[in-house]
Amino acid sequence: MQPKTLYDKIWESHVVVPETDAPAILFIDLHLIHEVTSPQAFDELRKRGLRVRRTDLTLGTADHSIPTTTRILSPTQDREAYDQVKQLETNCRDFGVQLYGLGSDQQGIVHVIGPELGITQPGKTIVCGDSHTSTHGAFGALAFGIGTTEVGYVLASQCLLQRKAKNLELAVNGTLKQGVTAKDIILYIISKIGTAGGTGSVIEYTGSTIRGLNMDGRMTVCNMSIEGGARAGMVAPDDTTFEYLAGRPMAPQGTEWDKAVARWRGLTTDSGAKYDRTISFDAVDIEPMISFGTNPGMTIPITGTVPNADSEEMRRALQYMGVEPGKPLLDHPIDVVFIGSCTNSRITDLRAAAQILKGRKVAPTVKAVVVPGSQQIKKMAEAEGLDRIFKEAGADWRESGCSMCIAMNGDKLEPGQISVSTSNRNFEGRQGPGGRTLLASPLTAAASAITGRVTDLRRLVNS
Amino acid sequence: MNKLDRITSRVTCFNTKNVDTDQIIPARFLKRIDKTGFGDHLFADLKPAEVMQIPDARHRQILIAGPNFGCGSSREHAVWAIRDFGFRLLISTSFADIFKENSLKNGVLTIELDAPTHARLVEVAQKSPNAEMTVDLPTQTIDFGGIQTKFQVNSFSKTCLLEGLDELGYILRHDSQIAAFEKRSI
Repeated sequence: MQPKTLYDKIWESHVVVPETDAPAILFIDLHLIHEVTSPQAFDELRKRGLRVRRTDLTLGTADHSIPTTTRILSPTQDREAYDQVKQLETNCRDFGVQLYGLGSDQQGIVHVIGPELGITQPGKTIVCGDSHTSTHGAFGALAFGIGTTEVGYVLASQCLLQRKAKNLELAVNGTLKQGVTAKDIILYIISKIGTAGGTGSVIEYTGSTIRGLNMDGRMTVCNMSIEGGARAGMVAPDDTTFEYLAGRPMAPQGTEWDKAVARWRGLTTDSGAKYDRTISFDAVDIEPMISFGTNPGMTIPITGTVPNADSEEMRRALQYMGVEPGKPLLDHPIDVVFIGSCTNSRITDLRAAAQILKGRKVAPTVKAVVVPGSQQIKKMAEAEGLDRIFKEAGADWRESGCSMCIAMNGDKLEPGQISVSTSNRNFEGRQGPGGRTLLASPLTAAASAITGRVTDLRRLVNS
Repeated sequence: MNKLDRITSRVTCFNTKNVDTDQIIPARFLKRIDKTGFGDHLFADLKPAEVMQIPDARHRQILIAGPNFGCGSSREHAVWAIRDFGFRLLISTSFADIFKENSLKNGVLTIELDAPTHARLVEVAQKSPNAEMTVDLPTQTIDFGGIQTKFQVNSFSKTCLLEGLDELGYILRHDSQIAAFEKRSI
């Protein structure tokens, strides 16, 4: 038999109608929905008199436009957000879709709760109207973001029209240096391949460094695949994956679990299988990374210098960011630190930030906000006393949601403010009109919160 | 889907690299629960002079964009905004994957050209801002200021646009295969 990649295997096992001139019809095992990209899709179903084909494979949550200061969304506070969340509740009720909405203790960022519930599993095809659906690829699933029209297709048919993508292997080998995390790995990769480096491709992350990451770290890496242009990124499942999933509420139980694990062990790329392209990186070359510009490819090592404005794009980016070419970013004053988002709001991320903030104080010039990815993570963090560490340091401890990553809910930067943020996008205005974002790891964000300046956490910790 | 076969229109040229969907429509405008009115918020913060200072901007159906247009967020609102603003046809050297899919699903054709051809069209658009371009989908040709060039489009997308094919209807016509697949995988 011809050797196959992980992507080949998942693709082939989900083809309902093979690709010809027309794209393949691909079956979807799990469809996650949220308030922002689903209302128009439900409208379409109503218009056509269609039902949701597989309510058992569909799961909803409210995360994008909800407040993180309270669990009550009042119409007077934000009428449009209120209507949008109410519409999600109505749609889920009318069509029989399970909803972990505002007020549920399973509520959270859609890409955090799937894994946490154990419904994100190896070998599944997973979609959501959100580009960071690539996160779920960390479990060896084929997971990618779709538009709202496609959300409607999946609701109605549990299928999508898809063409097979190219398969890109990104291998990272070796031991990470002190203070270098999963976030730094993916920022480093994007700084090398660029924001369109993975366009048209599904990425498989391989190598000893990736294998050495825990599931939270693998999710951080896969999460930002889209920032490198790839719709999906994946890591083959292994014991780390199975240990994470074992005993989770929606994971298989008992003998079903054993059968599932036996099946999942086959979800690796066969030796001799061909990728369309392979790019290799050495872990030892990776430093703590920080973005300086207005897309995630504009990223440098924290000790590096801002590059020259050698293109119109770069000139504009540096001007918008207020950073100078040829100068270091270190010690650049900051206004806000945001720790959260589907990239870095899991328990490992919060522990990392707490480790830096413990016994220290956030600089008086800085507003620091910590937003757990889900209510379950919030509970876990509070049981460990992390919330006390954050509060004693002077940081805000919030309810779960997307918050300042997308700035739809009032959590945002003021014009001209600059943040160190653990989120995934530093686009102009992403965190609020005129706001400026420096992407970094939770360690770097926490260290910078303390000094009020862009800080190399290694200097802070080692001093 | 709305049909599209041949378009003759003046051209808007906004040749900037990596314009992400947050620039096309910022997140604060994504709270509407219908598909209308997004054109009023197209490039709301970016406000590119190349687009906003054209008096008849909303009557131009063709946008020449820069490389990797539509990267970032999967929000289909970006295409709703472009469409509602008045564009039916986008030309670049490359588009982001999800944005390209979303465009097709809204009857907006994305044409990818090699960099030299793209550069020649940009040059004409900049020299003659009111020149008309004709794009003919059946013959896959572009005619613009003396330049005639062919473009690639896959046959399924072409049929979808020419006939206004309903993709969901197409998927649902395979109901028996979907049901058989579901039975197999239980």
